[in-house]
Amino acid sequence: MLEAVLLGFLFSIFLVFAGRYFRGKLAVLSALIPISLFVYFASFINEVAQGKVILESVEWIPSFGVNLSFTLDGLSLLFALMITGVGSLVFLYTAAYLKNHKYLDRFYGYLSLFMSAMLGLVLSDNLMSMFIFWELTSISSFYLIGFNNDKADSRKSALTALGITGIGGLLFLGGAVLLGDVAGTYRISEMLGMSDSILKSPEYILIVILIFAAAFTKSAQFPFHFWLPGAMKAPTPVSTYLHSATMVKAGVYLLFRMSPVLGGSDFWHHTLIIFGAITMLYSAIHIIFRTDLKGILAYSTISALGILVFLIGIGTQAALIAASVFIIVHALYKASLFLITGIIDHETGTRDITQLSGLKKVLMPVAIAGFIAALISGGVPPSLGFVGKDLIYEATLHFENNAILLTVIAIATNILLFYAGFVAGVKPFFGKLPDKFEKVHMPSPLMWIPPLLMTVGGLIFGIFPGLIETTFAKPIVNALVTDTEDFHLKLWHGFNTILALSATTLVLGTILYFTIKPKHKLEQAISKLDRIAPKNLLFKLSNGFVDFSSLWTSVFQNGYLRHYLSLIVAFLIIAVGFLLFKDFSLNIDLRSLSRVTIYEISILTMLLCSVLYTVFTKSRLAAVASMGVVGLSFSLLFLFYSAPDLAMTQFSVDTLTVILFVLVLYKLPKYLNLSDNKVRIKHGILSLVFGSMITLLILRVLSEPKNTEISEYYAENAYTLAHGKNIVNVILVDFRGIDTMIEISVLIVAALGVFGLLKLRLKSKDKK
Amino acid sequence: MEILLAIMTGILYASGIYMIMRRSLVKLILGIVLLGNGVNLLIFVLGRITKGEPPIIDDSQKVLEGIYADPIPQALILTAIVISFGLQSFAIILVKRAYKVLKTDDLDQLNTTDEDS
Amino acid sequence: MKTLILRSASSYLLPVLLIFSVFILLRGHYLPGGGFVGGLVAAIAFVLDAFANGLKKTKILIKIHPGFLMPLGLLVAFLSGISPMIIADMPIMTGLWAGHPIPVIGAIGTPLFFDIGVYLVVIGASLTIIFTISESA
Repeated sequence: MLEAVLLGFLFSIFLVFAGRYFRGKLAVLSALIPISLFVYFASFINEVAQGKVILESVEWIPSFGVNLSFTLDGLSLLFALMITGVGSLVFLYTAAYLKNHKYLDRFYGYLSLFMSAMLGLVLSDNLMSMFIFWELTSISSFYLIGFNNDKADSRKSALTALGITGIGGLLFLGGAVLLGDVAGTYRISEMLGMSDSILKSPEYILIVILIFAAAFTKSAQFPFHFWLPGAMKAPTPVSTYLHSATMVKAGVYLLFRMSPVLGGSDFWHHTLIIFGAITMLYSAIHIIFRTDLKGILAYSTISALGILVFLIGIGTQAALIAASVFIIVHALYKASLFLITGIIDHETGTRDITQLSGLKKVLMPVAIAGFIAALISGGVPPSLGFVGKDLIYEATLHFENNAILLTVIAIATNILLFYAGFVAGVKPFFGKLPDKFEKVHMPSPLMWIPPLLMTVGGLIFGIFPGLIETTFAKPIVNALVTDTEDFHLKLWHGFNTILALSATTLVLGTILYFTIKPKHKLEQAISKLDRIAPKNLLFKLSNGFVDFSSLWTSVFQNGYLRHYLSLIVAFLIIAVGFLLFKDFSLNIDLRSLSRVTIYEISILTMLLCSVLYTVFTKSRLAAVASMGVVGLSFSLLFLFYSAPDLAMTQFSVDTLTVILFVLVLYKLPKYLNLSDNKVRIKHGILSLVFGSMITLLILRVLSEPKNTEISEYYAENAYTLAHGKNIVNVILVDFRGIDTMIEISVLIVAALGVFGLLKLRLKSKDKK
Repeated sequence: MEILLAIMTGILYASGIYMIMRRSLVKLILGIVLLGNGVNLLIFVLGRITKGEPPIIDDSQKVLEGIYADPIPQALILTAIVISFGLQSFAIILVKRAYKVLKTDDLDQLNTTDEDS
Repeated sequence: MKTLILRSASSYLLPVLLIFSVFILLRGHYLPGGGFVGGLVAAIAFVLDAFANGLKKTKILIKIHPGFLMPLGLLVAFLSGISPMIIADMPIMTGLWAGHPIPVIGAIGTPLFFDIGVYLVVIGASLTIIFTISESA
């Protein structure tokens, strides 16, 4: 399985080098990857249907418990097949849709990167590797949404999507780490048995909130739904693949996966039901106000995701069956509708539903696909959609509380989804063909066969629901519910309440379709409410954040050296000063201090005078000369306090420094009185406070006993081990020789720097 | 004496920082030199000061005994002195070159990275 | 600065200072001194000569560009550092000592060569800095 996951990654790396050969007809060949993966995963159907769970584990970072463990049960198999199946069709479709596009190879690279990440995500048994794949899907979707990177809109949408899903990913990481901490393992399969202790742990609520936030952002639940309509800026194959069939279902997948582990509390169920219900109804109502085909599909996708979250929230066996069937239904019809929209857009150049009509004359096979897709979407028998809708009603009707309310919400949503399906799949093809579209011609079969295949599949599954029952529905339920009851998927249940509800849905949906026509006016009307939409509120928040950061930057990073320095010094004063005064005890034992002699006093006075003169003199030469005196006083000081080596070195360096200064002094600018007195006083006070703090710090350290262990070691071993009697020199050339080695290298670098800077100057002069 | 040296270190730090905060480039370099001296003195004082007992083993002995100045800060400062010479010369040349190219020694006019400023 | 006194003094000062610098270098292991100080003193000797006789003459006197002393010194120091690894299969920078000590210099061992490397690097670096600056000044 590892190889299957890695295949797409390897292919996208391969495209970096060999991409240009894949721009032409060869592009079709890249579909071999998802097709072969589809076949590979399909070969597991039988095994999984018999209840087997295939586990594979490769050690990655065993010390942190992070491994590439993969599991293949009913749930992950369904997702894997959806990813590779829809992927195959999308790969084929893209070859025609983006034919001769300059960056077609890049597009395939992103697509296969995404496919692999998504496969890794649904197959991962380890929360950490799942997180990594989760983030990879966000990143690859960022590239895909922003594929038309010359358009500002695309870039903005890509950023929004990345921002929202990225934040979700971070929260997922938080949840995963917490959960791993509580459970003591990151393997989901090992967590299954611990759900009781996890439920009782104090972190449980926090974990659930974090996991919900991750799932809701990824699966575009209210109030994070707005990135999905924005993401429709991507080329249609991307919308098809990522934003209807696979990536947006990652959140749903996570909830599915986690429901046996975390799903035992009222909090879990109620939150999911509430958010799912709000999302499905809210975005279903939005559909009425849209005129862009992709916009309609985007909102109906959000609504469908809401239904899935809602069903997981209900969490009964019936609800889980309904959810698993509905995933298949939705993938089949929504992907087809997206592909059909892509064809319409590609051939007519518009997606405005108010302009499109009568296209069946010129695009007959597409019209057939659209019609079937609408049937599936609307849940018209004998399509699979009918089976799915029945299962949803069954789940809501038999839920223990508020069954009526939930059913009503579900019916309302389904009516609106019926409307959406017919507007997107049927309306463009019927009615009068406008003159301007008469020259529209059929696209390449690569484009119209994939939607047709999927919709026909939806019909066949509807007529023979048993195909899905054994292969997917039962293994999924087995993976998620411990004690299962036997069940059978059927198209025809006989005359009962559910059939009546279905019929109501169909009738009301049909009425809605014929009464409400998409109009621009409606769209404009609703756009007035945008100001209070979650999207804009979040944008305002992010803009505020940006403003705050730029304010922060302009305050702290304004490019003036003295400003930076003042900040650093002020911070040091506060930080060190605080620690210093927290337990301040200045108990210097005066007796332990050495006596002050007249020589010392005179050296210090000399030092003090020369330092002050350096600071306050107005002449550069005087400043350099007094710098020399500072150095000399230092070498006297060192000589006095038993450091002859230092004294010699300081003296020589001092000589060289003064020579150096004198050599360049007249090339240097004269002093100017640049700062005004106020600034000087401010800086003076700051420096003095800093200096006093250093003094206090030294006194504080001096009051502590000194650790002489290392010095004693050197004192004892300098001669016996290193045959030297000048310990300072022995330390330099023997004990700490490597340090000295590096220090002389630094010196060489400085010399080369000087050399280089001056030679550079000569050269640029030559040029002039 | 340590108290006086501690105060001296504080003065060196204060004057170094003050000089670095001036707008003139030359003062910046002088400030760096002063600050460097201050750091040397800080290390030296923290290693405790000892009069007339350099860390050198007598001819007749093999081990250093009794009172002696701590050799470790001395070794640290020795290399620091030499390296600060390299640093100072590099800084001087940098300032000189900046002055030549940009025709200003006002640090406040060097606050952008743009070529055309 | 080409005064007569300095010029005539420098012709004696240069060799004396150079010998003195080598002396400081060699005795460093036993008494105050060593590669750093020795190198600086040698550098001062050459700078003094340059002040007295002009940079050109000093450069002719040295023959090679002082910059070449830097890699040379680094090489000497490095070789002395790794020689214990090669010769005696000991860890890097372990002191190797040869038999009996000789007067003034004392025992001869790899640390001495290391110090000579430091000496060369310090001369090279200081002279490179000062010479390039005075050339361009």
